[in-house]
Amino acid sequence: MGDLFSRFHVKNRIYDRWVQKADGEEEVTDDMFVFAGNDMAEAEHTGYSGYSYWKSTFRMFFSNKVSVGILVFLLLLLAFTFLQPLLPDQKSPTEIFINPQTGTQYRNVRPNGEFWFGTNAIGQDLWSRIWYGTRISLFIGLCSAAFSAFVGIVLGCIWGYARKWDKLFTEIYNVFDNIPYTILRMLLIYILRPSLFTMIFVMCLTGWVGMAKYIRNLILIYRDREFNLASKCLGSSAGKIIVKNILPQLVSAIMLDTALAIPGAVGSEVFLTYIGLGLPVSMPSLGTLINEGRAVMLVAGQRYQLYFPVIVVSAITVSFYALGNAFADASDPRNHR
Amino acid sequence: MGMLKYSIGRLLRALVTMAAVLSAVFLLMRLLPVEGYFGDRSDAMNEKVKEQVLKSLGLLDPWYKQLGNFWKDLLHGDMGKSIVYRKGVSVVKIIVPKAKVSLKFGFAAIMIEKLAGIPMGVLMARYKGKFFDRFGNLYILLINALPAAVYYLLIQLGGFGLFGVSMLYRPGQIGTMILPVISLSLGGIASTAMWMRRYMVDQMNMDYIRLARAKGMTGSQVAFRHMLRNAFIPMAQSLPASILFTISGSLYIESLYSIPGMGGLLVTAIKRQDNTLVQALVLLFSVLSIVGMLLGDILMMLLDPRITLGDRKGEGR
Repeated sequence: MGDLFSRFHVKNRIYDRWVQKADGEEEVTDDMFVFAGNDMAEAEHTGYSGYSYWKSTFRMFFSNKVSVGILVFLLLLLAFTFLQPLLPDQKSPTEIFINPQTGTQYRNVRPNGEFWFGTNAIGQDLWSRIWYGTRISLFIGLCSAAFSAFVGIVLGCIWGYARKWDKLFTEIYNVFDNIPYTILRMLLIYILRPSLFTMIFVMCLTGWVGMAKYIRNLILIYRDREFNLASKCLGSSAGKIIVKNILPQLVSAIMLDTALAIPGAVGSEVFLTYIGLGLPVSMPSLGTLINEGRAVMLVAGQRYQLYFPVIVVSAITVSFYALGNAFADASDPRNHR
Repeated sequence: MGMLKYSIGRLLRALVTMAAVLSAVFLLMRLLPVEGYFGDRSDAMNEKVKEQVLKSLGLLDPWYKQLGNFWKDLLHGDMGKSIVYRKGVSVVKIIVPKAKVSLKFGFAAIMIEKLAGIPMGVLMARYKGKFFDRFGNLYILLINALPAAVYYLLIQLGGFGLFGVSMLYRPGQIGTMILPVISLSLGGIASTAMWMRRYMVDQMNMDYIRLARAKGMTGSQVAFRHMLRNAFIPMAQSLPASILFTISGSLYIESLYSIPGMGGLLVTAIKRQDNTLVQALVLLFSVLSIVGMLLGDILMMLLDPRITLGDRKGEGR
């Protein structure tokens, strides 16, 4: 529902997606019912399938043409985003261009050969602003996703595995989780003043909470399974059990959560910019561009200023989302045949 | 009896959590830079006047004393008066009319969300892997992946451009409510449908469903008489909370359509450092979330006789 509480949807969503497996059923064919006979030699044979987790994961992933297509598209987009300033004839994203004949700014110039995506209301080049904004937004997204994944996994593992700490962690979580994130983020941005660091900091500060809780729940599921008991009896340390036995089971879930954190952070950035707590004016982000576009959206001839950033944002978020889902499916051992 | 005991224990724990949350937000508010307290006239004030203003607001006391005063007033039922936003007006008087507007929109949106999302999820599960399922999954993917701001804007633009619907909300004109309510419900439709589909698919291979099929019930009969009722139970848990949460409004939609709701209030209150208003809002939201969760648990228990809340074991909540 309201923006303040949208995180509830997100949490459920990741969990749902992860549990949603077991859809596919193996087809039952007649030759499964042929009498196999009794072969003593065969009975002695202890086969090893040569199963490799990562090999199966990648084979599964690359067998899906759509996800490979999205991956290629995303890689190209990323490469272009970061290479764009090195290309020849690129304009500065913050320079205001003046028409030499009239001496006035190039205001709201529609896309043409000179300004490929047109200019905005004060005469800045939209093409270079969009790629600059994409860089900034992706940087925020990648940083906060990586941090959330790291801290979330580490704390989630401790929380889930150490029984002693569970009560304490749970109480801390309850308090933390009950402060609406929007309030927390806003207050912190005011206290720390808007900047790129602040933006990444506030995203990181709240991002790991959901991840930690989620990892903790999954660890609880696997902690006392028989194979871990066996491992413990054979003398494995807690660290080894977590890293070698439990974490591989959670790869798909972690990948999905991390992949979704990137569009999530891009979306949050758009929202924070909208309420006036975005990055400084000298640092146009995708959120800034969408808000600038929104300001002129009533004039039909200037809607290009809204459409271009919207298309880029949508392409990025949808690709990351779809890719995260595809990779989560591929890395779930239950889908490996 | 077990339920009563459970509810009381639950409420007590919730009160402790709430106190911690409120104190945390209170202290964070005190860390904010002080310029916000002087409003628009800060240029015209000299240091002495500024100090006077801060003193009259009780902001120069040490923080523990401020916190103590805050709790004392609160326990006397005094939520305080707005100090900047609408000076001297009781915060309750500011919040209530706005909450009503937000609730109206939110309730309509939740109705649409459930009425469209539940059948959509059921049908997606019925035709798993077929066209409708794929179409539904594509919708869910798009809604989840796109930043809400993007499709809100496109809906507003599209509704205005294609159907000539007014871009702004006008009280009393039902037609102007259509676009905001649709925008509000899209995300909920997606998550409801996804939940419903998943649950139905999980249930499909259960023994009682096989029995029902073996008795000769048709697929639709099984889906709607047996599976839907079971699938509705986990949804019932979140229903009261989501209805109550609508009071908090949606900042983006309310400002896009200039709806006089709660959405922007919190942001404005924080921006202008109206401490009492922020505290009242945070208190309100915590209460809503706690009451919503409790009502959800109780509702779930009423719907499903197998669930008893009193003797639940396990960690955390």
